[in-house]
Parts: sequence; C-alpha cells; structure tokens
Amino acid sequence: MNRIAFTLTVNAMACEVVAEPRKLLSDVLREDLRLTGTHVGCEHGVCGACTVLVDGAPARACLIFAIQMQCREITTVEGLTPAEGLSPLQQALHEEHGLQCGYCTPGIITTFEAFLRENPKPTDDEIREVLSGNLCRCTGYANIVRAIRKAAQIMRKGTAA
Amino acid sequence: MKPAKFEYHKPETLDEALTLLAEYGDEARVIAGGQSLVPMMNIRLARPDHLIDINGIDDLSQIRLENGSVAIGALVRHREIEHSAQLAQACPPLPAAACNIGHYALRARGTIGGSLALADPAAEFPLMATLLDAEFVARSGAGERSVPSHEFFVSVFTTALEPEEILTAVRFRTLAQSEGWGFRWFSRRVGDYALVNAAAIVALKDEGRIHRIAMVLGGVGATPVRLTGLEQESVGAEASAGWVREISSAAAARVEPGGDKHASAEYRRELVELLLAGALEDAIDRCRGRQAA
Ligand SMILES: Cc1cc2nc3c(=O)[nH]c(=O)nc-3n(C[C@H](O)[C@H](O)[C@H](O)COP(=O)(O)OP(=O)(O)OC[C@H]3O[C@@H](n4cnc5c(N)ncnc54)[C@H](O)[C@@H]3O)c2cc1C
Ligand code: FES
Ligand code: FES
Repeated sequence: MNRIAFTLTVNAMACEVVAEPRKLLSDVLREDLRLTGTHVGCEHGVCGACTVLVDGAPARACLIFAIQMQCREITTVEGLTPAEGLSPLQQALHEEHGLQCGYCTPGIITTFEAFLRENPKPTDDEIREVLSGNLCRCTGYANIVRAIRKAAQIMRKGTAA
Repeated sequence: MKPAKFEYHKPETLDEALTLLAEYGDEARVIAGGQSLVPMMNIRLARPDHLIDINGIDDLSQIRLENGSVAIGALVRHREIEHSAQLAQACPPLPAAACNIGHYALRARGTIGGSLALADPAAEFPLMATLLDAEFVARSGAGERSVPSHEFFVSVFTTALEPEEILTAVRFRTLAQSEGWGFRWFSRRVGDYALVNAAAIVALKDEGRIHRIAMVLGGVGATPVRLTGLEQESVGAEASAGWVREISSAAAARVEPGGDKHASAEYRRELVELLLAGALEDAIDRCRGRQAA
C-alpha cells in the first residue's frame, strides 16, 4: 500500500490523514474522520447523497480523491450545523416534513446552502432544477421544495436584519 | 468497488505535467474535473497507474475574446461558461449548452477540456464544438498543434489527442449580429445525457432566404454529425415553416442512429426530426429579432 500523510481542512479544522491516493474524499470523511453525515449512495455522481462544499462550491465527495483536497476548505453537513439547534434549512426541512429516512438530506443541505447563497430568492422551478441532482426515494420532493422555499425566506430576513 | 491503486502527481506548471505525461505515456491519465474519469475509476473501467492532476495549473482557466473568436482554457468549469456575461454576448450557444450539463454540483467541477477530451457523442460541448468550427490546441513536450473539430472527434470516447498530449484551450468562432442560433435536446430525466440533441446557426439575407447555415446532431453516431450536405443544399432557400419541416425530415432520413436499451433507432430518428425543426425555428426567430438573445 502506498499510504501518504497529508492535511485536510474540514469544517475549519486541520485534520491529519494517512491514506492511499486512491481513497475517495467520501471514504476519508466517513472512515478516517468519522464524519458520517456525508452519505454514499452510488459512487457515480448521480444520487447527490455525498455532496459537500469545496471552497464553498458544491461537489460530489465520491468523485474526488481526498489527496486532491490539500489547501482546500471542505465543509460537510456537520460543519453547517450550529452548536445548538439547527440551521434555517435544517429547521425548515424538519418543520415541512422534507425528510423521512434522511439518507438524501445531508446532500440536499450542502447543495442548497451553496445555491441559496448564490440565488437567495429562487423560483420553484429553479429549486426543482437544482434538486434534480439529489435523489430522494422517500418524500416525493414536494415537501423538500416547500422547505427550501421557507428556508430561503428565513435566510433573507436573517441577512436583512 | 473502489478505484485501483495509482500514484498521484500534482504538477504546478504545464511543462511539468507534459514531462510526466512523456515519461508515463498511456500508463497515465490526466484528471481535470474528475466528473467522468472518477466514476470510471470507481468501477475500474479505467485503472491508470499514474494520475496527473492538472487542477493546480493556473494558465488553463481563462476565457479570452479575440477577433472573431473566443479561446476557452481547458480547465474552465461548466458553471463559469454558464454564467459568463462575455460568452452570453459573443457566443450564446456555449452558455446554453453549459447550463444543460448534468446537475448543479457537477457543473461546479466539470471542465470544458474534460468534456471535449472525453468525447461522448451525446455531450453538449462536442456538439457545440462541431457547430462552431472549433480549433483544439494540443500541447506535448514536442510542441503545440491545432486540430479542427472535424478531425478532433474520431469515434465514441476517442479523439485525435495523443497519450502524451494535453488539451490546453479550445477556440470557438463567435456569432455575428446577423446570426441566430437554436439548441434543442431530449433526455428522459433532468441531468442525463441527451438521447438526441440538435443545434443550428442561421443567417438570413433579403426576403428571408438562407444566407449561411450550420446544423449539427448529437446522439446519432459515433461523433457529433454536421449536416454539411444539407447545409449546402439549403443556401438560398426561403426560411419558411414548410422548409423547416422538409429539411428536418430530410435530416432524419439521412442519419443512421443506433438503437440501444435507451431508445430504438426509429425513436431517435423521430427525435432528430422534432429537435432539428425546433433548433431551426429558434435560430430563424432569433435572426429575425423575434426572440430576445
Ligand atoms: C451524473 C452525471 C451526469 C452527467 N451529465 C452530463 C451531461 O448531461 N452532458 C455532458 O456533457 N456531460 C455530463 N456529465 C459529464 C461531465 O460533463 C464531465 O464534467 C465531463 O464530461 C468531463 O469533464 P471533467 O473535467 O470532469 O473531466 P475528467 O473526468 O477529469 O476527465 C475526462 C477524460 O478527459 C481526459 N482529460 C481531461 N482534461 C484533459 C485535458 N485538458 N487534456 C487531455 N485530456 C484530458 C481525462 O484523462 C479523462 O480521460 C455527467 C457526469 C455525471 C457524473
Ligand atoms: S455517492 Fe456520490 S453522488 Fe451518489
Ligand atoms: S428522505 Fe429517504 S431518501 Fe430522501
């Protein structure tokens, strides 16, 4: 095995990793750093469950080798969760029944943290277009769209205040 | 399944990358966005011994307008093309193509160079490169060469790039004021590759006759198919609804799409007729200024 030591910045913390170059970011996050909020569904880039933020932009953790991420800022769902309580997006998903099993939820939270920053007032069509990259086998999506719309509203008020 | 073992290289300059490629040849693969290569490595369809990560090379990420053309660096991400005000102005088919690729998160990482080097015959950028007479700039240790789009795409997932070459930039022609464009596609789910796609550029002269025309189809052969014969026959024709119907059904009769589990050849032929007609209608409408850019 050609294991290599390197440093990753995850949720604003420097983390020492010793891993083979072939190890996917999703596996390093889950197995080496025990950040199991990042889920793994397909490892093809299709399902979106593994989505994290790289320098604030959404990225499939299953399509990146961890070793590529030195000098980058990685944010996972854990890093988007306040020390107390829930983020506006998490709270809205809870209130609007935007999840059942929760498998897809971390990927939806990371994706829409990035998207709502870029587009704070999206239309339902825009929400649905972006949501098409996150497969949910439980909810039928309607409540997720409602939750995202609600979160956007709350986040707009938050930044206005 | 997990990727097979490889050695990881992260060159900081193009020259360093080219030296590595010269040394390892076809045992090496370049990784750009990784949005096509890593899925293939995850199922071990690809198992390079050496992975050369070009993401640290700065000078491959520029969009430069030149006289009558625009040069796009190989590392420019799909989402930069999608949101480029410069391109929306000078070459609007490119942003239209970019915003249709895969999903939001994929567009943040995937690169135009990766998409073109991959050469999926239903992908958006190969279609547009064929429409816009692109010139591909390929570099190796031995120097630089320029390859026209009709020579670049050789077959499914096969291009004219040599193993020791890196695609550094692609030059597309820009659109003239007098030209209108259209792009239509069909896929069953948002984010999937199109079953068939079609794009066209039209310039009209007095009384609405075709002055110049370019038409291309994707998903109907091993590479994007430029309808050169039909283009020549169309010059001088009146750009009427009847002509659009005629030319689209002629195109459907001439292409030889394959059938597979996603769609039969017959169904793809029907899509060609429908989508090319739509692309031509949009192009003609934009030409006549009936549609906003
Ligand atoms: C779920 C999913 C849906 C998708 N849907 C679409 C779609 O609808 N339309 C579409 O067009 N694409 C789609 N893609 C593919 C996506 O656009 C990729 O980003 C793109 O095809 C490859 O770009 P990349 O930068 O990720 O390349 P990589 O995956 O890094 O590389 C792809 C290939 O090109 C080679 N390569 C990369 N850069 C260079 C270079 N500069 N010089 C020489 N060789 C190079 C690599 O060695 C590799 O063989 C999809 C991907 C996924 C996972
Ligand atoms: S596990 Fe990464 S997209 Fe499905
Ligand atoms: S809540 Fe179960 S997959 Fe989305």
